[in-house]
Amino acid sequence: MSSPNSAYPDTPEQAMKPKRHEWPLWEVFIRGQHGMSHRHVGSLHAPDADMAVKNARDVYTRRNEGVSIWVVEARHIAASSPSEKGPLYEPSESKVYRHPTFFDIPEEVGAM
Amino acid sequence: MYAQMIKSEATQEDPEKLAAFQARIDAGEKIEPKDWMPQGYRKTLIRQIGQHAHSEIVGQLPEGNWITRAPTLERKAILLAKVQDEAGHGLYLYCAAETLGVTRDELTEMLLDGRMKYSSIFNYPTLTWADMGAVGWLVDGAAIMNQVPLQRTSFGPYSRAMIRICKEESFHQRQGYDIMMKMANGTPAQKKMAQDALNRFWYPSLMMFGPSDKESVHSEQSMAWKIKMNTNDELRQKFVDQTVPQAEYLGLTVPDENLKWNEETGHYDFSQPDWSEFFDVLKGNGPCNRERLAARNKAWDDGKWVRDGLLAHAEKKAARRVAAE
Repeated sequence: MSSPNSAYPDTPEQAMKPKRHEWPLWEVFIRGQHGMSHRHVGSLHAPDADMAVKNARDVYTRRNEGVSIWVVEARHIAASSPSEKGPLYEPSESKVYRHPTFFDIPEEVGAM
Repeated sequence: MYAQMIKSEATQEDPEKLAAFQARIDAGEKIEPKDWMPQGYRKTLIRQIGQHAHSEIVGQLPEGNWITRAPTLERKAILLAKVQDEAGHGLYLYCAAETLGVTRDELTEMLLDGRMKYSSIFNYPTLTWADMGAVGWLVDGAAIMNQVPLQRTSFGPYSRAMIRICKEESFHQRQGYDIMMKMANGTPAQKKMAQDALNRFWYPSLMMFGPSDKESVHSEQSMAWKIKMNTNDELRQKFVDQTVPQAEYLGLTVPDENLKWNEETGHYDFSQPDWSEFFDVLKGNGPCNRERLAARNKAWDDGKWVRDGLLAHAEKKAARRVAAE
């Protein structure tokens, strides 16, 4: 296995460099104290997953920011591209009835 | 600032694309790494964010100098935490630069062989414990002036890194001021030490903002792209206005006989630093340039076997996993 390109999931292909033998890049996700989902907080380099978790703990939870850490190697993330913005997101723009505020409920019915 | 004298790259691209790009920035949209961007925007940002990251890393050296000699265990723990934060700040910024298509090791190599710069301020020595106070109060104070507006910069990853950094930066400035208060209210010898630290760090702190850029073309382009939010002079004035009353509270004297409140402008008038000294430090002739780069090169060279060993171990483990499947 050679070390992968340290390209972010979002790095455009034309900006990618030939492979170098560097520690791979990991994306870090942290769950905070209040039962929320894991949230992307940043990235770091580490030789393997164990070290990535240890480094994430040192870099991203120095001030009690979290109770759980996920790391995933950046090259394993599949991402949508900006050119798909139209086909992907425009269809929902016209569907205003998907929002609760679309419906007028009389005041006397009470909270709903 | 942590990024000084950043030249913006000229851009020769499809005018239509350029106009659409500028319109997005003017509308306050964030530019993300996969979006189309002018080559000049990309290159200028790599240079600017990279220099900022290098400054955080090299900036650990003047303070690291005092970790083993902090006057109490508490001060030592605080300083250690602060220096650790700087490493984190460097890392957030390197990650932001990497999204633009440069690798971490490339950035490091460019710092080590002098192709990329770090802030002039870290080429000054930290001679006494009071310097730990002056660095936190003045150097981090000056950095905050620049970093707070940069939270609104147009490049998404840079903006997000700045938001993280700003959250931690106020701890840095306050711990520095706390040291200054202790020293200024201490024995006459301690107060003298605090005054001496202010005397030595005042002008180098003013230099951090870079020379006046009122008529700079580079600055104009960077401001249009929202990767520079204020002129150097604006930020420097803001820093002086904020810092002078803080020095007065400490009972210390800012080493500038021309410093006085200007009723008309509502700002302090002050003397410019010696810009020939600034350019000389940038050229590599500051008091500590050679020492700083030598320390970073030594750390990189000495750490090579660790980097290689961990990578070899990870690859061996991965190969075994594949074989077992």
